[in-house]
Amino acid sequence: MSRYSALGLLRGALTGHKHWQPAWRDPEPKSHYDILIIGGGGHGLATAYYLAKVHGLRNIAVLEKGWIGGGNTGRNTTIVRSNYRLEPLHNFYEFGLKLWHGLSDELNYNVMFSPRGAMFLGHSDADMVKLAERGDAMRCDGIDADLLSRDEVAKLEPLLDMSRDARFPIEGGLIQRRGGTARHDAVAWGYARGADSLGVDIIQKCEVTGFVRDGDAVVGVETTRGRIGAGRVGICVAGHSGHVAAMAGLKLPVESQTLQAMVTEGVKPMINTVIMSQSLHCYISQSDKGGIVFGGDPDNWPSYAQRGDPSIMEGAVAQGLALVPALSRLRMVRTWSGVTDMSFDGTPIIGETPVPNLYINGGWCYGGFKATPASGWTYAHTLATGKPHPLNAPFALDRFERGATIDETGSGPMPNSR
Amino acid sequence: MMQITCPHCGPRSQSEFVYGRTVDSVVALDAPADQAMTALFTRTNPRGPDDEIWRHTYGCRAWIVITRHRVTNEITATRAVGSEALP
Repeated sequence: MSRYSALGLLRGALTGHKHWQPAWRDPEPKSHYDILIIGGGGHGLATAYYLAKVHGLRNIAVLEKGWIGGGNTGRNTTIVRSNYRLEPLHNFYEFGLKLWHGLSDELNYNVMFSPRGAMFLGHSDADMVKLAERGDAMRCDGIDADLLSRDEVAKLEPLLDMSRDARFPIEGGLIQRRGGTARHDAVAWGYARGADSLGVDIIQKCEVTGFVRDGDAVVGVETTRGRIGAGRVGICVAGHSGHVAAMAGLKLPVESQTLQAMVTEGVKPMINTVIMSQSLHCYISQSDKGGIVFGGDPDNWPSYAQRGDPSIMEGAVAQGLALVPALSRLRMVRTWSGVTDMSFDGTPIIGETPVPNLYINGGWCYGGFKATPASGWTYAHTLATGKPHPLNAPFALDRFERGATIDETGSGPMPNSR
Repeated sequence: MMQITCPHCGPRSQSEFVYGRTVDSVVALDAPADQAMTALFTRTNPRGPDDEIWRHTYGCRAWIVITRHRVTNEITATRAVGSEALP
């Protein structure tokens, strides 16, 4: 693999850009791999990359039923942050945030990580108490969090409706300045290129249709491109976790729902941070291209449809316009939706399953993108050693039967209550 | 947007209804611990049809059961909640 560099670009410019090579190979599947990862999204590709880079393994394949990064990696709002209240969550995401800060260098691929600040707005005294509590919890573990006054919020985001008779009056906020956004596709492509250069086979258009068992243990998978043997198999399919796990006879603490997002036409810079809210469910940021990206609630019923209900979009936009009235005349140019794997406590699942040799990474709800590097790192550790990394040990699949759920919002064991 | 035929009120817009949970998550009060755990914390979650309990919240307020395909949203059956919704 040739390194990307400014010098290379210059050389290309002088020679008609004829030197570009595909960023990864398109190999035929081998008959056996030491580790097979099902799912070629950001998480699966990051897992393969760290398996090769950190653990020195080489006989690895990533199986993707469509094209890499075509699922939820390409269907999110690209927000990166680690501002969680509970210790296992903020420590895990903070580990990821540190990886994000060096990711473009690490991969020699510009993931366009932009730490512009991730800000939660508070709309009442109760909100401000919750935000202060969360900020304090983060700072106890050395994670940056600043409680903002009303005036400080207004200074950061001059276009917010700060009037006292606003639909959602703003009392203050909590900002994590090291949070921000990144380019979603580049994350998948960067990890794919990195993994491929270390010998990982990325096999696209290869859907897993069943597991090959030897007694209880999984020893391979049946795919649309034939049977592939494996030492260990890692499921990493986000919204389709339940579907794939069912092929191994597992019933997961996951319900799949649709999450929609949308983007407006491009305009000059007007939103400086990522704006979220403690009371509402609406998040607004501006892409590097200028489009205003909106996200909101998931459609609160189970679905694998990858298309959502317009009433949910209307709700997200109504909240966004109430916060930033200046957005009202922008035209929406694109909407999309992904299948999110809503877990029963809102926390991901990374670890062993009751089936020998079979591991799972899922339950990301609607917050998987920011976790991509940390998820890959810890899942790679789990797959390489057969044991969880300390950071993902709390995310074990059996935590529900042990009563050790990690419920950030405190909303109880219902996947549609987050 | 889906249209759901309430067994009591006839065809109505989906926005009148609120999703509750799946039928397989209904658990008897005296169920043994492992069954209760399965019903409370896991779902079949098929990429196909499943039986779901919805409530006609902004209509007659009755709980109903619908059989809906999770990819096409096609609703093949709706019925009033009765003994069949219980385990």
